[in-house]
Amino acid sequence: MSKKIIELKNITKSFDHQTILDQINLTIYENEFLTLLGPSGCGKTTILRIIGGFVEADGGEVIFDGKNIASLPPYKREVNTVFQKYALFPFMNVHDNVAFGLTIKKLKKSEIDRKVSEMLKLVGLEGFEKRNVNQLSGGQQQRVAIARALVNEPKVLLLDEPLGALDAKLRKDMQTELKKIQKEIGITFIFVTHDQEEALSMSDTVVVMNHGSIQQIGSPIDIYNEPKNRFVANFIGESNIIPGIMKSDYLVQFDHCDFPCVDHGFLPDEEIEIVLRPEDIILSPPEHGQLTGIVTDITFKGVHYEIIMKGTCRNYKVQTTKYYELGTELGMSVIPDNIHVMHKMKEEWQ
Amino acid sequence: MKHFRSMTIPYIVWALAFIVAPFVLIIIYAFTDGGLSLTDASFSLDSFHDMIDPLYATVFARSFETGLITTAVCFLLGYPMAYFITKFDEKVQSILILLTTIPMWINLLLRTYAWIGILSDNGILNAVLKSLGIQPISVMYTGVAVNIGLVCNFLPFMILPIHTSLSKMDPSLLEAAYDLGANKVQAFVKVVFKYSIPGVLNGVILTFLMAISAFVIPKLLGGGQYTLLGNLIENQFISVGNWNFGSAISFILAIVILFTISFLKRVDPDDET
Repeated sequence: MSKKIIELKNITKSFDHQTILDQINLTIYENEFLTLLGPSGCGKTTILRIIGGFVEADGGEVIFDGKNIASLPPYKREVNTVFQKYALFPFMNVHDNVAFGLTIKKLKKSEIDRKVSEMLKLVGLEGFEKRNVNQLSGGQQQRVAIARALVNEPKVLLLDEPLGALDAKLRKDMQTELKKIQKEIGITFIFVTHDQEEALSMSDTVVVMNHGSIQQIGSPIDIYNEPKNRFVANFIGESNIIPGIMKSDYLVQFDHCDFPCVDHGFLPDEEIEIVLRPEDIILSPPEHGQLTGIVTDITFKGVHYEIIMKGTCRNYKVQTTKYYELGTELGMSVIPDNIHVMHKMKEEWQ
Repeated sequence: MKHFRSMTIPYIVWALAFIVAPFVLIIIYAFTDGGLSLTDASFSLDSFHDMIDPLYATVFARSFETGLITTAVCFLLGYPMAYFITKFDEKVQSILILLTTIPMWINLLLRTYAWIGILSDNGILNAVLKSLGIQPISVMYTGVAVNIGLVCNFLPFMILPIHTSLSKMDPSLLEAAYDLGANKVQAFVKVVFKYSIPGVLNGVILTFLMAISAFVIPKLLGGGQYTLLGNLIENQFISVGNWNFGSAISFILAIVILFTISFLKRVDPDDET
């Protein structure tokens, strides 16, 4: 891994006696695209605002480039923010908005003009200098906001749900573009979103949060394939979460059936939870399945069908590309690699 | 649409009767010499000719000066007040706004008489000064008294439009300014103040208009020693009975106001590059 750029140590924050952040520890590296992912109210935006300097933590340290910056005002920090509703200055044109930070630094006019047009080129808004920001589309305003932040050459760019106001198609385009921009300029992006798909497709590292604490930190693939608990499994993608017992290493029992698996290191007969992703359940004629069930619902989803299989113990959500008639009896099986065993979550979090 | 258009008819009638007709009459009186009668009036520039007199020039200059001072003081007092009001949460804000407008519920004459009680030689102000051992001052019937009265009356008209502008500002604009490296002063000058310029212009125009044409306050607090355009016009219509001359002054005042507004409207922040 490359050099650390930001370290959060034991950050706590509460508003009106309500804990917003509880003992947050997080290390962010140079050139990393890190996403804070979680439902609204989980504290992800508060972390961003603490790094930006708009909110002061009640306790803990914010280490930036080796120095504690917890008490530094926002204008002295080497980070810039792309705000949720862009926060462009309505009384300035595109050029002046982007140039704002450089004017404050009292750069020469020729240099400002050069940097601004370079940055507008990077975000694909060449020739928009004289436009009024109120007359731009949502996507264009978004680009101006990104250019306005990046032109100051921050070491870290903070993005607070920047794609939330865009329509689905534009969102996808901007996701690709943001990723491209991040690679091109090579700085750290910290991105806040509640959209798990967005988080998975853009990030190097995803931090899943709930109720003010970090649930899991990992690469998108780790987070998806190896969720640490029920919350992460539920929040990221579709899943069947089934209670079970770890009989021994590499052997798990659920729904009255023993399954070989790849997990180990649990207590003997420990109560655990199993995640089965709908796409990992293989359908077959009943006699070949580890479990059997009946098709009770089938929905066309575009790439695949989503089937609800009624088994003896529960319903299973299954994704398949083949169509089955309602009422068909089928076998279901899962290969050991795709059975993911998790520690049971504490009651309070469920 | 046609249906709705017919709903504007009452307003058009009202505007014709109470805005357009009086103004046309003023113009007719201003350019004729027939006194009250319109039937045997003939075109004449005599009224305007009479105005070329250093006495009237002084009144014009004094009115303009009073208008400017009142507006400037109202701005200097009103802006900080409007700004601090926006710092409170919404409930408190509406109470504070109510408080700034409460004086307007009391009749203008009464408020002005109250100022006489405060400012006159044996008034509250001098009583306080005396008790503090300071030499009493004589402010009554001076320009200072008139300006104090005007500022107190018109301050709400400065505060309200500025507050409206400021309260519409998204607080993230201020955060964006800090984020981009602006300190508190720079953020205020470059973002908050610029954002509020439309409100400031409205406030300035309102106060200036009312101050330059005021006549009750200068009459009572200036005591005839401090004649402004409003008083001059009032005298011509009520005491002297020279409607032609009064109308001519009104006409000039209207033109001055028109130019002032169009000049101020041109100070539009959007045009800047």
